[in-house]
Amino acid sequence: MRLELTRRYALAASHRLHNPKLDEAENRRLYGKCNNPYGHGHNYFVEVTVTGPVDTATGMIANLADLDRYVEREVIEPFDHTYLNMDSEAFRERVPTTENFCMEIFERLKKFPGARLVRVRLEETGRNSFEYAGPGE
Amino acid sequence: MVYLTRKIEFSAAHRYHNPAFSEEENRRIFGKCNNANGHGHNYVLEVTVGGEADPETGMVLDLKELKEILEREVMERMDHRFLNYEVPELAGQIPTCENIAAVIWKLLEYKISKGRLARVRLWESPDLYVDCYGNGQP
Repeated sequence: MRLELTRRYALAASHRLHNPKLDEAENRRLYGKCNNPYGHGHNYFVEVTVTGPVDTATGMIANLADLDRYVEREVIEPFDHTYLNMDSEAFRERVPTTENFCMEIFERLKKFPGARLVRVRLEETGRNSFEYAGPGE
Repeated sequence: MVYLTRKIEFSAAHRYHNPAFSEEENRRIFGKCNNANGHGHNYVLEVTVGGEADPETGMVLDLKELKEILEREVMERMDHRFLNYEVPELAGQIPTCENIAAVIWKLLEYKISKGRLARVRLWESPDLYVDCYGNGQP
């Protein structure tokens, strides 16, 4: 039997999809409304899934308070209520699509010491979501 | 292979407390969940069965049958109960979402008459769930 624990967090941020290597018309064609020069925002939901043995003394895969603190420090605090393009080094060279944002969150959480990170699922809206489980997964 | 999922909801109380720890340790490790008189949740359980659709009925497993199994094995045992004191399968364990999901897996695994149990997903609240899989499953 294998158990995975998933915790769900909310964060709000704005972004603009724009690739400086492409001209204005190409950016417009490729990204549509998401290329609006002043950006736009979403209420993202981040689902963090971890696995590992259940500690018999606590009944837990990972102490939720530890996981919450780690996610707060690595993800919520740096990104919540920010403009991803301007406020984060992570998106200086990368377009902050939700694919890239999801991978960035995975990279930030993969060293969580309390359990093994399995995957990150990121909902951009109620209708689209992205999952990343590390390279090759 | 096709997968069928049925969802049920039950309400139960629990308390996290390990008698091997001191009061301070229990408080530090379990926080509010250590409250002496317990607290409760509306648990949501999603049970997924995988198999081939029967060519006669078009079904993996008759939903009525799955509903009856869940009623008998989970609802009667856990709904409106204090999990620490009233569910013998959890005796001596901390009734975390992990341990409850594992108990539900064991209760259901051999009761599924057609197809096989593929996943048990137990939501403790809208921001926390545990998935349980059998050995060798994705």
